[in-house]
Formats: sequence, C-alpha cells, structure tokens
Amino acid sequence: MTTSSSEHGVSLGMPEPPAPAYPDDVRERLAADAREIVARYPDSRSALLPLLHLVQSEEGHVTRTGMRFCAETLGLTTAEVTAVATFYTMYRRRPSGDYQVGVCTNTLCAVMGGDAIFESLQEHLGVGNGETTDDGKVTLEHIECNAACDFAPVVMVNWEFFDNQTPGSARDLVDDLRAGRAVQPTRGARLCTFKETARILAGFPDERPGAVEEGGSAGPASLVGLRLARGESEPARVVHPRDGGPHDEARAAVHEPSPAEHLSSHDAPHQTSASDPAHPAGPAAEEGE
Amino acid sequence: MSVAAELKDSSPEKLLAPVLSAFWDEDRSWSLDVYRRHEGYEGLRKALAMSPDDLIAYVKESGLRGRGGAGFPTGMKWQFIPQGDGKPHYLVVNADESEPGTCKDIPLLYANPHSLIEGIVIACYAIRSSHAFIYLRGEVVPVLRRLHEAVREAYAAGFLGEDILGSGLNLDLTVHAGAGAYICGEETALLDSLEGRRGQPRLRPPFPAVEGLYACPTVVNNVESIASVPAILKNGKEWFRAMGSEKSPGFTLYSLSGHVTSPGQYEAPLGITLRQLLEMSGGMRAGHRLKFWTPGGSSTPMFTAEHLDVPLDYEGVGAAGSMLGTKALQCFDETTCVVRAVTRWTEFYAHESCGKCTPCREGTYWLVQLLRDIEAGKGARSDLDKLADIADNINGKSFCALGDGAASPIFSSLKYFREEYEQHITGRGCPFDPAKSTAWADRPEVNA
Repeated sequence: MTTSSSEHGVSLGMPEPPAPAYPDDVRERLAADAREIVARYPDSRSALLPLLHLVQSEEGHVTRTGMRFCAETLGLTTAEVTAVATFYTMYRRRPSGDYQVGVCTNTLCAVMGGDAIFESLQEHLGVGNGETTDDGKVTLEHIECNAACDFAPVVMVNWEFFDNQTPGSARDLVDDLRAGRAVQPTRGARLCTFKETARILAGFPDERPGAVEEGGSAGPASLVGLRLARGESEPARVVHPRDGGPHDEARAAVHEPSPAEHLSSHDAPHQTSASDPAHPAGPAAEEGE
Repeated sequence: MSVAAELKDSSPEKLLAPVLSAFWDEDRSWSLDVYRRHEGYEGLRKALAMSPDDLIAYVKESGLRGRGGAGFPTGMKWQFIPQGDGKPHYLVVNADESEPGTCKDIPLLYANPHSLIEGIVIACYAIRSSHAFIYLRGEVVPVLRRLHEAVREAYAAGFLGEDILGSGLNLDLTVHAGAGAYICGEETALLDSLEGRRGQPRLRPPFPAVEGLYACPTVVNNVESIASVPAILKNGKEWFRAMGSEKSPGFTLYSLSGHVTSPGQYEAPLGITLRQLLEMSGGMRAGHRLKFWTPGGSSTPMFTAEHLDVPLDYEGVGAAGSMLGTKALQCFDETTCVVRAVTRWTEFYAHESCGKCTPCREGTYWLVQLLRDIEAGKGARSDLDKLADIADNINGKSFCALGDGAASPIFSSLKYFREEYEQHITGRGCPFDPAKSTAWADRPEVNA
C-alpha cells in the first residue's frame, strides 16, 4: 500500500486540513446518484466501492474531496474511506490520462509478448509504469491477468479488451488515442473516456444507443470449441505434442506435419490473430508503415 | 473396433458437449429473446414446481460440484443454509474471475448472461433468499454492460422482482463491480469487500452459510456453477450424470491458452484429457512441443508432458498431484523459461497478498527477492532449498488459500525443473531467449 504523499509533496508532520467539499451544484448532482446507489443495498456501507467509482467518474481520480463526500454520505470517517480506497488498484490517486492503457504482464501474456509490448510502449510514449503522457491522454501501466488468456497478449484500454496485440498494433493504438481517432475494442462497445467508464462501474448502465450489442456475441477464441463440436471445422490435423509420453509409439504412424505446412484447416486462429480489423495484429500491416 | 468407429469416438463431436456455450455464435446471444428461443427459463419453471427442499436434494443428486476451484458440491452448500432462522438469506455469485490463466466466466457472462440469472433465481428459491448479488471484477466493462442489460430485461419480463412467474417468490438482484483485488475471489474476502471494506479474508468458522454477508446465512457460488443449474433442471439430473464420472459428473468449460494452435473455450464432459483437446484442436503451435502446463490456473501445481493423459476431473487431477481448479489449461512450449514464469506468478501473489497474515505477506516478498536473483544469474545453489523452505512456511500456514496458491508453482517447478534453476545459477543467467516465446516469434514478417 502506498500513500498519496506524491500528490501533496512531503508532509512536514502537520495534519492536513480537512478536504474542501464539492461545490453545491456538483454535490447535489452526486448526492442524487449516491442515493440511488445506496438504495441497492440492505446496508449502506456496501455502497462504498460504487461510490468511489462515482467520485472517480467526476474527477478522473479519487481525490480527498471525493473521499470526504463518500464518508459524509455513508456516515463513515474519512480514515475509514481512505483505508478502503487505497486497498483497491482501480482507484487512481492522482490525476491521470483520459485513456488508461494497461498491458497484461502476468505470466502467460508476458511470455506470449506482453513484456515486449510493454517495453515498446514505454519507449514509444516516453513514460514509465503508472505515468501519463504530457498531453494528458494516455496513462500507461502494466496490469495483472484480465481473464482473456485465450486472446493473449492482451491490452486493456479503460477496461475494454484489445485482444491479440503485437508491439506494432499497440503503438498504433496509442497513437490513435492521442490523435483523437476513433478506436474500436476487439470485443465490446466503442471506447469512452475513463470518467465515463467509471460511471458504468458505479452501476449506471451505458446509455449510448447500441453500446450493449456492439462487439458481437462472442470473440473468435470463445467459439473454437463450439465450432469443432458442431463439425463446422475440419478436425485439425494432429500435431502432437511430441512429449515422449506413453502414447508416442502407438501414434508414430500419425502424420506429423512440418512447420512449413498449413497446420489447421479451421478458421479460428486466423480470425483470432487479426481480430481487430483496424489494426491487423498480424504480420502484413505490421511494420512496413 | 473398426477404424471408422475409433475415429468417430475421438472426434470433437463425440468428445465435446457445448451446453452453456451452445449458441454463443448466434446474433445477440446475450439477449433474453435468444436465450428464451433456446428454452431459457424453462429450468426455472421446473424448479418452481418443486418444493425448495426437493430442489436442493435434486441439485445434490445431480452431483454438480463447484466450478470455481475447490469443487465443493453445490447442492450441499445450499443445504447448509439454516432454515426458519428468521434472518435474511443471501446468494452471492463470485464473478471476480482473476486467477492467472482463468478465462471462462468472463466469456460466459459476455455471451450468455441469462444462464447465470436463471440459475440465480433457482438458487434463491431453494435457499429462500430474496436478495442476490453478482460480485463482478471491475476490470471487465463489456461484461458489466451486458449484465446490466440482462438484469434489466429479466426484471421487465418478470423473472426478477415480485411474485416471479406467479410463484410468490420475490427476488432482487444487484450487480456489484469490484475495484481490482485478486484476493476478493476468496469468498470471505469477497464478502468483506461487498460490505464496503478492504477485501481481507475472515477467520472460519463461522462459515458463510451461518454468518456470511451482514452476518446472515449466505451461499457464495462461482458463476459457472450457478449457470449450470438451469440446464440440469431442464434436461434432468440423469442427463447430467451421464456425462463425466461418478464423482465428477457433468460438463464444464476448459480454457486452452498459450503456445497452442487454437486457444479458446472447449466445453466438454469432465474427464477429457489435454491430449484429446490438443489433438482435436491442432496441437501445440507448429514446430514446438509442450513443456509445462497448469490444469487449473497458476495456483494449481504445474504438470508436464508426462501428464497429457490425466483425466481432467476432480479425482484424476488430484491423484496426479495437482488440482482441477478452474480448468485453465495454460500451455507453455520449450521456448519458455520456467524460472521466468514462476517468478512472474510469484510477483503476482506478492502484489495481491492482502497483508493480513504474516506467512503470506512476508513469505511472498522473500520468494520474489530470491527468484529475481536466480533469474538474473545472481543466485546461489542454497537459494533453491531456501525457496522450498519459504514456500513450505507459507503453504497450509496462511490465513487463506492465496498462500497455498503462491507455494504451488514453487514446489511443482522445483520438482520437475530443478535442473533449469541450477542452470540459471551455474550459468550466471537465463539461457532462454524471450523473443522465441512470443506469439509472433515464428512469423518472420512481424518485426516487433
């Protein structure tokens, strides 16, 4: 757990004065939202996590003013609220970019290329982990497993999926974000800003027409097993794991294709590796530009 | 058996069994309309025709076991809820899917959220609950969007709210987004988090069935467990038991990832093997062989190519020295450095350790220091015993299972790949080239 000393400089040992309150109009607007959130729970304190998302949607990060608002709403001390806000990694504690770009560097994504993507983006953007570009657009960070391992390597922008990335596709992605060009996640709806995302996390549905259905029903990797089970794809030719395991001898007769051969006649992997049409993660468009 | 018959038996059509994933490729598969077209909410009608106690017995007899990792019988969890105690009862669905490698609940909720909602209504009828919660990890906004919409649709259609389908059952369902903390996948930490606190595990007993959310009787179930219930009701427990084995019946989602030709979701009866899954899906990526894999996420001891024929059910994987876990089959080929993989997982556990208990908080910290040194070629031979010793001081001695999970990759990698650790020490560095492991390593056109 880190403290927010970076936000306020080095403390000289004097207690901080209480945080200022929100201006009246902001407070009234947030209070109406807060009432709706609190009403979802049998016990008001359960509303704390969504309320922290709500104040983050107001200012882009959780400020002392935001925490004071949560405390007053729920009858807690600011210390109690701070203890919770600093425990969870999704609450940002200093001003950050409109787009939070998270590169998964947990083992599987890291090995599949997440480390290379993260290094490449640090160099390309000139920022380190947790830092924001000068234009205030992009905050870069490495993130933990985001439950999309079958689409590795994964990059998240404002918690939307960008699957099957390469260093090149990720650099294009951040360039587009900084230039204000429209960016479409691989699965899910058009990107919104970090503040708008935080409001959805507070439990207020995305009101943009068509947002729920954008991105289709399921990503290509999610459908691989289903298509095989239906016999819609030719059973892939066996490339066996060459494990020296007990079955190896018995299967010695099985044709083992050379690496140069086209290995799978079904389409899923191809779709997967270029699942973002705007940025074919694949080879062709990759570098030559 | 004739060659043709043999071929048929090992065909994907025979080996796979899409149930929850059966219509994920349809347009708007996540909508109520499409779900109902596939007999959605029919399981609920059958459930409401039974008494709650009979319903619990029925789910127990089906043999359904928890799909979140531990494999505890779902019906038995429901049965533990004291009845007639005058307290409110709660159902909390654990959708905090964060275990490294695990990626089944998120695609399930994205493509078919109503299977979960129907399961929730059935479970709440059984345990006499009138308020349920879905605790979804916050980092998956596309899924949150569809859950919001699915809950709205279910209320509008009378599957949630008051007097559901004229049964007298009232039920409210709250979708709650977390805020980034792996530990909240631990059921008691999840409950603390849902109560608006830091997500730290609780001492048990009392178990959640007696004192859970707001100190009231609470069932905490994984997404896939609850989503499997409607199909059991609709098709019958015999249908369910006809799949899998006596002690591990039914179907489940296997998630294949890593250096394989076709990563993705494969829904199959319990007991399928990794060899079968790889053979039907094109195997490891071209020109490479399997080196190590996890049967159920990073917290389950790793396997090697020796274990390709282990039946992937609770007993089979347990007998082979690991755990079925979340069926997250992360496959790594010979280009991958085991020390690098384990170091990264250990950094994850150290980062996610909640800090409540000393063995986990301090132990994971020191494991990371030792592993980083070894990976960088600065380790000593004695460090390997020290690693094992520290892992032993975490395993079984921590407050919750996060500590056990942190010890698993250490123990299992030392068991199967001790030589590779020694190579890092004697060779003063890592003998592997990480560039060879990337998804684009064998595509020369991709110049990263």
